Amino acid sequence: MKATREGYIEGLLEAGERDTRVVVVDGDVSRSTGTIAFKDRFPDRFFNLGIAEQNMAEYSAGLALAGFIPFYSTYAVFAAGRAWDQIRTSICNMNLNVRIGGAHGGTSVGPDGATHQALEDIAITRVLPNMTVLVPADANQTRQAVLASLDIDGPVYIRYGRNQVAELYNREESVVPGRGRLLRDGKNASIVAVGAMVSIALDAAGMLSKKGIEVSVVDMVSIKPLDIQLLQYLSDVTELIVTAEDHQIAGGLFGAVSEYMSENCPGRIIPVGINDRFGCSGTPDQVMKHCGLTAEAIVGKVEKAVKIR
Amino acid sequence: MISSKVVREDILRMIHTAGSGHPGGSLSLVEILIYLYWKEMKIDPENPDWEDRDRLVLSKGHGAPALYSVLARRGYFSVDKLDSLRKLGSGLEGHPHMQSLPGLDCSTGSLGQGLGIAAGLALGLAMKKSPARVFCILGDGELQEGSIWESAMSIPALKQKNIIVVVDRNHVQLDDAVNKIMPVEPLAYKWRAFGWAVAECDGHDPADIERAFSTKANKPLVIIAETVKGKGISFMEDQAQWHGRVPDKEQLKKALGELK
Ligand SMILES: Cc1ncc(C[n+]2csc(CCOP(=O)(O)OP(=O)(O)O)c2C)c(N)n1
Repeated sequence: MKATREGYIEGLLEAGERDTRVVVVDGDVSRSTGTIAFKDRFPDRFFNLGIAEQNMAEYSAGLALAGFIPFYSTYAVFAAGRAWDQIRTSICNMNLNVRIGGAHGGTSVGPDGATHQALEDIAITRVLPNMTVLVPADANQTRQAVLASLDIDGPVYIRYGRNQVAELYNREESVVPGRGRLLRDGKNASIVAVGAMVSIALDAAGMLSKKGIEVSVVDMVSIKPLDIQLLQYLSDVTELIVTAEDHQIAGGLFGAVSEYMSENCPGRIIPVGINDRFGCSGTPDQVMKHCGLTAEAIVGKVEKAVKIR
Repeated sequence: MISSKVVREDILRMIHTAGSGHPGGSLSLVEILIYLYWKEMKIDPENPDWEDRDRLVLSKGHGAPALYSVLARRGYFSVDKLDSLRKLGSGLEGHPHMQSLPGLDCSTGSLGQGLGIAAGLALGLAMKKSPARVFCILGDGELQEGSIWESAMSIPALKQKNIIVVVDRNHVQLDDAVNKIMPVEPLAYKWRAFGWAVAECDGHDPADIERAFSTKANKPLVIIAETVKGKGISFMEDQAQWHGRVPDKEQLKKALGELK
């Protein structure tokens, strides 16, 4: 078990080593998110601008204009939300090589409660032209997402979490924009998940298998661009897709998958995610359970839909 | 150096032809932009992407017609193109879009963002040991945006030297006079308190502008340029309603006749 933020920092340090254009901009949360490690290693390429997220996004835009690859990070609620107009109008409109690290994504910041749980960040970043949105599921994949972002032309949003999650990938498995990962192949239904919900989806698949229902599990780490080949494959094999995300159902993974499928593929799509509500305090596990983000919830939805047919 | 009369004529004609645009805040910028592009900035219109060129971030992006006229007159693109302001595919977008037109160093249009972008750009250029400087023009109404003061705080804190800010203090914003909507004064005092060197000048007097720009300081410099919104056109001067209004044929004729 390891938090995805640890993978983010590992990736950041390696990126800084590999490419001197990498700079880090922080908003007074470097001890909390771990980017202080970058400051220790590369003090000349680290800027803490204080509690001023709009300014962070603006400086990052300017640094990108000067040819650098700035990674700015703070809690995802603020990184994506507080500076959204800057992200839209300056960073995306100019298609700048800014990387935005959305730390403490989803319910992973449990006890801090609703104000700090980013449950809308995927929706508001993926809607922007030129933006790539990556939501890795474990620490190794997060490290790879950071490294992959070095080769992406234009802005990238990387969402990661604070709590420990199961390790799913080895260190060398790369992240490719537009590519999801088929982790399990089954003919009765498919689960498409992101982030912390991927390992939960695998648990659900195991539980379903015991009941005689075989499901595919996809890790849609690249929410934008979406892996449409993989979605096409799933729809060729199964008629039911359940999406699973630690995010509002509206506009997130369910939104992205539904948008593509409704235009291109037959079949039903059922969401597991945050259903139009704010989070609350509790341990991440408790909050996830409270909000219905569990393997049991996925199992229930799959079973019900499969039985109906 | 081009005359301010020519640039003002361009602005009025462009906005009239386009059928929309912002005359007031474009006309107040004219002498400042002419000074920058003919006297202050190290640029090469033949080579608009030259790495070590000085940059301009027009944070009040609605002043685009003034900038487009100056860029065209300075040779970045053909003056004939000015007629195509705000037309599909022309590159002369309603607010500056850097990928669409040579000579633009930044896209702007959402007020309050340009200072931070200019600061990040200046920081990056300094890290690359480039001699280039970054100029940033703000509106006085724009100073109501909180993000401006985030950047105003960080630029002196990071000891940034290669950025020079100009405030186009024309005292009028979109709806009304700035001090009626939400006062931003006393400006010099505020900027000084944030750690800046402040120079004030008459933003329509080239010699006085030059004097302000030659201010030596070991802090970042902001030039507060006293200007008139709608400068040069009697019926537009100081009038909020001319912020975003288009002169019709008659008004255009009258306005062009007034220019000296
Ligand atoms: C964030 C944002 N809010 C509102 C506007 C709409 N707007 C365009 S210009 C303007 C007034 C600007 O006043 P000022 O900065 O004084 O500029 P000037 O008077 O020089 O035109 C407003 C409110 C905008 N472009 N951006």
